[in-house]
Amino acid sequence: MTYGIIQIVLFLSVVLLLVKPLGWYMARVYENKPCGLDRILGPVERAIYRLCGVNPANEMGWKRYTVAMIAFNAAGFVVLYALMRLQGFLPLNPQHFPPVAPDLAFNTAVSFITNTNWQAYGGESTMSYLTQMLGLAVQNFVSAASGMAVLVALIRGFVRRNSRTIGNFWVDLTRSLLYILIPLSLIIAILLASQGVVQTFKPYPTATLVEPVVVDGNSFAEQTIAVGPAASQIAIKQLGTNGGGFFNANSAHPLENPTPLSNFLEMLAILLIPGALCYTFGKMAGDTKQGWAILASMVIIFIGLLALCCWSEQKGTPQLVSAGADLQASSTQSGGNMEGKEVRFGIFNSALFATTTTGTSCGAVNSMHDSYTPLGGMVPMWLIQLGEVIFGGVGSGLYGMLAFAILAVFIAGLMVGRTPEYLGKKIESYEMKMASLVILLPIFLALVGTAVAVATKAGQAGAFNPGPHGFSEILYGYSSATNNNGSAFAGINCNTPFYNITLAIAMLGGRYLFKILMLAIAGSLAAKKFIPTSAGTLSTSDPMFVILLISVVIVVGALSFIPALALGPIVEHLMMIGR
Amino acid sequence: MSSIAKGKKLFDWAIVRPAILDSFCKLSPRRQFRNPVMFVVLVGSVLTSLLFVQALIGKGEAGPWFILGISFWLWFTVLFANFAEAMAEGHGRAQADSLKKARRDLVAKKLSNPRRDSSLEMVLASLLKKGDVVLVEAGDYIPIDGEVIEGVASVDESAVTGESAPVIRESGGDRSAVTGGTRIISDWLVIRVTAESGNTFLDRMIAMVEGAKRQKTPNEIALTILLAALTIVFLVVCATLLPFSYYSVLQAHQDQSRVVTITVLVALLVCLAPTTIGALLSAIGIAGMSRLSQANVVAMSGRAVEAAGDVDVLLLDKTGTITLGNRQATEFIAADGVSMEDLADAAQLASLADETPEGRSIVVLAKQQYNLRGRDIEKLGAKFVPFSAQTRMSGVDLDGRQIRKGAVDAIEKFVISHGGVTPDKIRQMSQKIAKSGGTPLVVADGAKALGVIHLKDIVKGGIKERFGDLRRMGIKTVMITGDNPMTAAAIAAEAGVDDFLAEATPEAKLELIRRYQAQGHLVAMTGDGTNDAPALAQADVAVAMNTGTQAAKEAGNMVDLDSNPTKLLDIVQIGKQTLMTRGALTTFSIANDVAKYFAIIPAAFALTYPSLNTLNVMGLATPNSAILSAVIFNAIIIVFLIPLALKGVKYRPMPATQLLRKNLLIYGVGGLIVPFIGIKLIDMLLVVLHLV
Repeated sequence: MTYGIIQIVLFLSVVLLLVKPLGWYMARVYENKPCGLDRILGPVERAIYRLCGVNPANEMGWKRYTVAMIAFNAAGFVVLYALMRLQGFLPLNPQHFPPVAPDLAFNTAVSFITNTNWQAYGGESTMSYLTQMLGLAVQNFVSAASGMAVLVALIRGFVRRNSRTIGNFWVDLTRSLLYILIPLSLIIAILLASQGVVQTFKPYPTATLVEPVVVDGNSFAEQTIAVGPAASQIAIKQLGTNGGGFFNANSAHPLENPTPLSNFLEMLAILLIPGALCYTFGKMAGDTKQGWAILASMVIIFIGLLALCCWSEQKGTPQLVSAGADLQASSTQSGGNMEGKEVRFGIFNSALFATTTTGTSCGAVNSMHDSYTPLGGMVPMWLIQLGEVIFGGVGSGLYGMLAFAILAVFIAGLMVGRTPEYLGKKIESYEMKMASLVILLPIFLALVGTAVAVATKAGQAGAFNPGPHGFSEILYGYSSATNNNGSAFAGINCNTPFYNITLAIAMLGGRYLFKILMLAIAGSLAAKKFIPTSAGTLSTSDPMFVILLISVVIVVGALSFIPALALGPIVEHLMMIGR
Repeated sequence: MSSIAKGKKLFDWAIVRPAILDSFCKLSPRRQFRNPVMFVVLVGSVLTSLLFVQALIGKGEAGPWFILGISFWLWFTVLFANFAEAMAEGHGRAQADSLKKARRDLVAKKLSNPRRDSSLEMVLASLLKKGDVVLVEAGDYIPIDGEVIEGVASVDESAVTGESAPVIRESGGDRSAVTGGTRIISDWLVIRVTAESGNTFLDRMIAMVEGAKRQKTPNEIALTILLAALTIVFLVVCATLLPFSYYSVLQAHQDQSRVVTITVLVALLVCLAPTTIGALLSAIGIAGMSRLSQANVVAMSGRAVEAAGDVDVLLLDKTGTITLGNRQATEFIAADGVSMEDLADAAQLASLADETPEGRSIVVLAKQQYNLRGRDIEKLGAKFVPFSAQTRMSGVDLDGRQIRKGAVDAIEKFVISHGGVTPDKIRQMSQKIAKSGGTPLVVADGAKALGVIHLKDIVKGGIKERFGDLRRMGIKTVMITGDNPMTAAAIAAEAGVDDFLAEATPEAKLELIRRYQAQGHLVAMTGDGTNDAPALAQADVAVAMNTGTQAAKEAGNMVDLDSNPTKLLDIVQIGKQTLMTRGALTTFSIANDVAKYFAIIPAAFALTYPSLNTLNVMGLATPNSAILSAVIFNAIIIVFLIPLALKGVKYRPMPATQLLRKNLLIYGVGGLIVPFIGIKLIDMLLVVLHLV
């Protein structure tokens, strides 16, 4: 227990220590100021613009920016879909995988361009090396960069005055990739490889088992070990909060996440950019306190829910106790509910990974969330349902949180007797319309998606588990897809046309409608004049505002999902403890 | 205060009775549609009524009496909301009634030419056109708004202002505007009509006060959007609960009759939707206007009231707002070799016939300090020399003495012309007084300069504290004055304003407003003269004095009937109160939902999952009583909060952070706790009355 807490404290300290330097660096990148790397990469950047015929000085209004972003993502979809359908005819397919089925290819392509990385397939038994590298890994980079671009455009909306433009999408995309995502993932990939994460183009090797295993009456003396160019893809999978594992078992797989140190690095990679972007936001807005206030709200909710998850998992279940299991933590065992968890990670590093991966829109897993205790499993589910704003996805987490901040400012602004303003920009009916839709959209998609699934034969057919837990699995699936997380409560067969298509719709709506609304806010804010602050202005960087922002996030999340959660994990918990 | 200002008692029967009737009239769907939250409740009421009928005549989804109970209270939720709005309108109407009495159809004496002696024609006031010229004589009512082009008269404007003392209206200058419905007491006026019937000042005032022409303000629209979004969220939450419940029942292998009923889901939806603020939103807006008119200010739009809450720069005229109207003598300073008594005596003699406030204050000071009684200048046989622009002095000629008082350089010339010299001390003292913001008046007797009188602007008592309050609220005060910069700076420091504009011209004022607005500030100002009109038109909140010209009134977006420039501070407060009331009730409404979940969720699903009864933390008697209690609480809380909506939340000037903390504690935390208690009490009452 104590070691677990020490590890969590250590982890969060390292994350917070890196916020300022990386945040500062990213602000320099987006403000187009010298950042160090530009001396080496500047010519590359300019060559890219020349090659693509982009004039970096050509600023875009929010509508053009949106069109560019959508067009770019649509092109990515087409390429990825084609790669999966044609992989049988293409090189780098040592296992000779056949083309991916149309509905699965559609679902997977949508999943990767939307930064969701929901996987209705097992990587090592479906995708060729070429598909993984040229298709999935590329989308891991560019979907993350798209999210960061939208955030930067929104920040410009706050910063600019009486402006019709919010930046150039191509420039924001290129700079995100070139100066931030590629260098960082290079470092992480090398570090991961040093820990034993596999990186190879060779076909799957075969190993002779020490003693033969008998399964269903058949005796096996050999095992095929799935390998591939994993380390390079896992680095960006974590950094870009994508979460799509190279292997089916994701970061629980020993070749994807072999050691406690690699686990630490992978968790760090998830929170690194979303956390640091808060500082970037403050820096670009000219008041770093604004960024710290947002980050503080995230960290507080994060710690609260992490504590609940750790507590519930460490406590285990009364059923295990009555079956004679020893749930006590000791120097030789983690204790608690170890079902679905890796022994090398134990309770705390599994719960921490689960909280990290669902607070952000990453969705990589190092343990099976489905096997968590009801309350322990509710934590990841609810973090997703909060809208992926507790750190959140790269870019998307912060712009989602800023939508909540706009909502908080609106109510609080009224309570201090002023029409609301945030960072010197008046929040009027247009912003409220967009921010309200931003809040409404994911709730609508997740709940209606679940409703359709539980009410139709096609949806019910996929569910294997009875009772509240089966319901939780479906609810988790649609929440995860809508909010572009990508992790899953297993236990439902979601590789069916019904789930592949409905979940893809949820992913597309959750990603692009959200982004369009945020860009509309950015455009509207940029055109506004700036209002100077006074003692009568509501401070958006003091503890009072942090409390308010936390309350708004929690209350909106609770009010929208508590009835559904009551029929899932809450009642499951009550039944488990024998009420 | 005037007759208009007297607010009626909050629940005056004369207002309540028509309001109850009105609550039913407002049920029309077209009116309800304007308010999305209450429209949803109305639809829910209709739906549950139909379900009740279905349960009565055939197989209903639940017991008919339970459905009826829910339906009954849903209807009342809508009616209570209507009642709140009708009450607010009723208060406004009560104020408008006294105004309406002034708007009777009058007969006007229309002149064929704009001269008093031209031929007369009697026409109805309602037929007068803009530009027509009418004659009004003593005893006549002024038929319609206009501008005096000839004559001087005293006018009783109590019908509009409530002030019984008559006011002077005359052609030219800043007192030329007259209002229809007021009465001339003496003399006569020739008036050019400036507004046509139906669009006069009085008409607009009545319309605004009644709330009839009220349009939603920008902030109200933004809030309505948020409330509508929340309602849709809860609609989705409640609607999806039906398939969720169906699936749960299926999984638990139970009978389909255990699926949650539509009645319960409608009840849940109405409880969760922000009905409290939705019901009171328009009442808050109307009440804001009413509070303004109780302060004797008429706003020309609700938008102006809202902007008043946002104002962060106040431009205040020095005279009348910051200082008492006139400068007063506060001190005599004698030249060397002159006794104080001699100086005071000479100063008093020079001022006896001087009827200006400054002159009178010198007489008063001489009496207070040296016990010099006022003397009759006629009996003394003295000859009064009035002030003239050429000499810039005034005084008396008495027994061959020539006593004069005036500005330093003027007196200096006078002394030299009599062969004397002005001592240095007098010059030094004069400079010192000027530096301190005062005005020096030098007194001379022929060739001899006797000393200096210190005239001082008297800053109103308590004004410094008020400006301090404003500063804490984040509002900057700027003093506007025609004084020179040195004097202005001294008074500004004494009054505690943040900035000042000295030697102000109308152009400079306009320029100043534009500059502040360019920096993003919202500017409020008061004004009365025609030359204020451009600045008034530019300012975000512009309060015209009722005594001011028609041009000023047209340019402003509020009119202060009391013509009290300090009123601006009250207006800001009312604007803030209106916004705060909205914010507080929104917070309260949302915070309430937590308790309602604890009441309804276990009740709705305990049939499927008995374990959920653990969440019934309030220990409500039965599922039906729990749901009914929540619905009843949701309805009657509206009635309980009507006084708050009409009066506005309490407001004391304090910084935003403190204000937020206070209101979050009261309305946020309070909103969490109150419904737990309320729902439990209602549940106990229902059990005691055997209603469930």
